[in-house]
Amino acid sequence: MIAFDFPAVLVEWPMLLKGAGITLALTAVSATIGLGLGVACAWARTYGGAVLRALVGAYVEAIRNTPFIVQLFFLFFGLPSLGVKLTPETASVLAMVVNLGAYAAEIVRAGISATPRGQVEAAQSLALSARQVFTRVVLPPALKRVWPALVSQIIIVMLGSAVCSQVSTQELSYAANLIQSRNFRAFEAFIVATVMYLALSVMVRQLLNWAGPRFIFGR
Amino acid sequence: MVDFSLWDILRNLLQAVRWTVALSLIAFIGGGLIGLGLLVARIAKVRGAEAFAVAYVQLFQGTPLLMQLFLAYFGLALFGLNVSAWTAAALALTLYSSAYLTEIWRGCVNAVAKGQWEASSALALTLREQLRYVIGPQALKVAVPPTVGFSVQIIKGTALASVIGFVELTKAGTMIANATFRPFTVYACVALMYFVLCFPVSYWARTLERKLHGHR
Repeated sequence: MIAFDFPAVLVEWPMLLKGAGITLALTAVSATIGLGLGVACAWARTYGGAVLRALVGAYVEAIRNTPFIVQLFFLFFGLPSLGVKLTPETASVLAMVVNLGAYAAEIVRAGISATPRGQVEAAQSLALSARQVFTRVVLPPALKRVWPALVSQIIIVMLGSAVCSQVSTQELSYAANLIQSRNFRAFEAFIVATVMYLALSVMVRQLLNWAGPRFIFGR
Repeated sequence: MVDFSLWDILRNLLQAVRWTVALSLIAFIGGGLIGLGLLVARIAKVRGAEAFAVAYVQLFQGTPLLMQLFLAYFGLALFGLNVSAWTAAALALTLYSSAYLTEIWRGCVNAVAKGQWEASSALALTLREQLRYVIGPQALKVAVPPTVGFSVQIIKGTALASVIGFVELTKAGTMIANATFRPFTVYACVALMYFVLCFPVSYWARTLERKLHGHR
């Protein structure tokens, strides 16, 4: 007979909460920088010169066709032999930023390429500079068009961050692992962590759907 | 002291690639079958199927694949089954794929014009005939590119099986890196191999998509 012992796990709630907090912090930092990187790459792939376009294209393809865990291991275990030593947290954030940047670049680029030509022409005829055309006329509606896809991608990256426990970043899945190594209640610990991830992903989706129109691209 | 040349590293990794491929195939085929079953149950309006599918998809898309793997690994053990990492990984990845595939395909079925359903039922086709001769072929055309695209996700997902100790490409990479003290080279090779596996598939998916949208 299977006997579950959830209280043994739940009694460690401070550790779980702290883990969830670190997961959220990792996500917040890497989503902010990653989106910036994605927009920059989308700009480069749309308006950049041939060399820049090829470079960004190679970056996007390299990231999109390799697993996140390998990217993380490469940064954390591989780079020190080149003399670049990263803390687990830095490596995690860096891996998440690089990963999100590549996916966001493709998503934002799709949004930019859907801009009606007339809008750009109208902006140019109003003597806006190239920079103003991009930041004021092209980018906001482009972000608005693809915001749901970006939100989904941010959540995918947040869920992917569970892997960061493998380089000893002390986020939610690390907490679950630690708890199960103390009380041997592996199944219960991972159930609790899974439910917390589910709650986090629902919460973050709501938050970003609310925040996007208000702070990122205007209504 | 055994010296590992670059060729030794590559050769050992290449041997592990087949497990990545095998696991991906199992997850894709198993996930496809379960996903298709769920989809048909939803279309046939089996009682409770809709609510179940919605919860199922939300559960697998809203939680980390890593947690799903751990739960399969430790959960099956609870039932007294002596599970290998291989079984647990195959099970978790199959369920994970089925949730995504059923959702992708549902979108493709919904993309078939409503009139097609009405016309085919006006011709007194049974649900089975409708799906087989009218809706299926049209949905299939739209479904191929995203399905191929998702198979890249599956291949990358199998990398997580390394965490529960299944020796596929990533795990082999970790083991070789620990033995050779050359993590930079080894992980670069591992990444390269994933790229060689995934890039043709994602390129193919993109070509299919372009064709689909080019023709109309």
